[in-house]
Amino acid sequence: MNAKQLSVFIENRQGRLGEVLEVLKKNDINIISLSLADTTEYGLLRLIVNNPQEGRAQLSEAGFSTMLTDVLVIKIAHKAGSLQELLKVLSDNGINIEYMYGLSVEGTSAYVVLKASDPPAADKILGKAGVTTLSASDIEKLN
Amino acid sequence: MIWNETKECMSRDEMTALQSARLVKTVDYVYHNVEFYRKKMQREGLLPGDIKGIEDISKLPFTTKDDLRDTYPFGLFAAPKSQIVRIHASSGTTGKATVVGYTRRDLDIWAECVARCLTMAGVTKDDIIQVGYGYGLFTGGLGAHGGAEKIGAMVVPMSTGNSKKLITMMVDFGVTAIACTPSYLLHISELLEKENMIKDLKLRTAICGAEPWTDKMRQEIESRLHITAHDIYGLSEVMGPGVACDCSVHDGLHVCEDHFYPEILDTATLKAVPAGETGELVFTTITKEGLPLIRYRTKDITSINYEKCECGRTSARISKFKGRVDDMLIIRGVNVFPSQVEAALVDIKEVTPHYMMIVDRVNNLDTLEIQVEIDEKYFSDEIKGLEALTQKIAHTINQAIGLNAKIRIVEPQSLSRSEGKAVHVIDKRKLY
Repeated sequence: MNAKQLSVFIENRQGRLGEVLEVLKKNDINIISLSLADTTEYGLLRLIVNNPQEGRAQLSEAGFSTMLTDVLVIKIAHKAGSLQELLKVLSDNGINIEYMYGLSVEGTSAYVVLKASDPPAADKILGKAGVTTLSASDIEKLN
Repeated sequence: MIWNETKECMSRDEMTALQSARLVKTVDYVYHNVEFYRKKMQREGLLPGDIKGIEDISKLPFTTKDDLRDTYPFGLFAAPKSQIVRIHASSGTTGKATVVGYTRRDLDIWAECVARCLTMAGVTKDDIIQVGYGYGLFTGGLGAHGGAEKIGAMVVPMSTGNSKKLITMMVDFGVTAIACTPSYLLHISELLEKENMIKDLKLRTAICGAEPWTDKMRQEIESRLHITAHDIYGLSEVMGPGVACDCSVHDGLHVCEDHFYPEILDTATLKAVPAGETGELVFTTITKEGLPLIRYRTKDITSINYEKCECGRTSARISKFKGRVDDMLIIRGVNVFPSQVEAALVDIKEVTPHYMMIVDRVNNLDTLEIQVEIDEKYFSDEIKGLEALTQKIAHTINQAIGLNAKIRIVEPQSLSRSEGKAVHVIDKRKLY
């Protein structure tokens, strides 16, 4: 099940990240997880939020370059080697990982967010392998 | 030392008489050999006989860079192709180059003019001179080369691009003079300082041009390298380097006015301003055969001084430039118009038409950064996607202007929108 990640382009300027967060706060958008990729000139803020469509609309309104990207939010066992096993399934099937970050840890489970080179194919492969991927409503429940 | 005392120290009356005779001849020549001028004059009801001397020059029509472009490549040439022995070209505003052509006699006169300039800088046949301008279609390299050979100096045709080899040869050969752009010479001086080679130099003079520079920059070059530096001016349309140069007095650039007749015109009315007042510099070539130009508008802003110089020369002097009439930039010696960048960006679907060019000078080398906004449709949340896009933009810009620019992607709506005249350039260099 592919979920929507909200991505925001941010110039490396003082206070710019804060402005993104302020828009989200004002509109009661809760951040479940995030990653920030940075270069010398700009950053890419990638967010898993409770309402990505609304978050995007509000940020676009505020003048930010945004996009919604299909990512997989995957539940794995919270123990050594489980991530390696997951990635092996994907690489054995010719799927590359564009980027990845952790989401949260909950009891015996952990969650990772992963952007695959071919998101629908990756979803199918993981489904066959019995891996749990989270839907938008599952993610909201993590909220 | 004065290279050609007869011409460079003429009385004003003698000079005016010479210019008058040469102008009359030139007007007759272009009327009969260049359709463009013949038609222009006919439209104004002018016959060659109406121009009786230099005082009639204001009756003549102007020539612009656009005219050269519209008649690309050889439309304004007055001499038959069989008489043309050399072509040079500079980048044009919309992709097409500005092409200039020289007869053998033109090349001789060019070398004569450069020889006068080099002599103003103290160069003699006993000197070893490195020419650090680009050789090729650009007039800088071969132009300076011809003048240096005419003087009889030992010429080292370095061209550009290998600074390390340049400084090695400078020391090993005992080079005493160098011709290159002022910013390049500052860059060279930094290299020499880093290698602790200043003490090994025999260098004593530099002839710098192809870009505007200030007296302050000259003084910096002089004190860092323990030399004297001179400002040489020229433009390919008129001839190339050697149209004017400053002597050891450094109080204006002596124009080779027996070959290039200068006028200073009010930028609004295009009427002559009194000596000493600023306006646009306009040249009429009065001895050229290949590509004679009548009242060519340089778009450079300066003033003129007819008083005799302390150096002994009587030739008119133009002041250091005070700016441009148009928005042309000179970056690393290359002429760049913002319209060229704009035209290139329009062809890239991923970017919006808004852009900003930031020109600066870092470690004495010009830098160009172009800020662009990406159309949100083409935004990528992967760094590699954005990097591929900046590379594509950089490549397109390089093809358009012949310079490497650093491309910076900025947030949408962050570049200023035009309210009236859009500002597309921030030039942080202090050139004027």
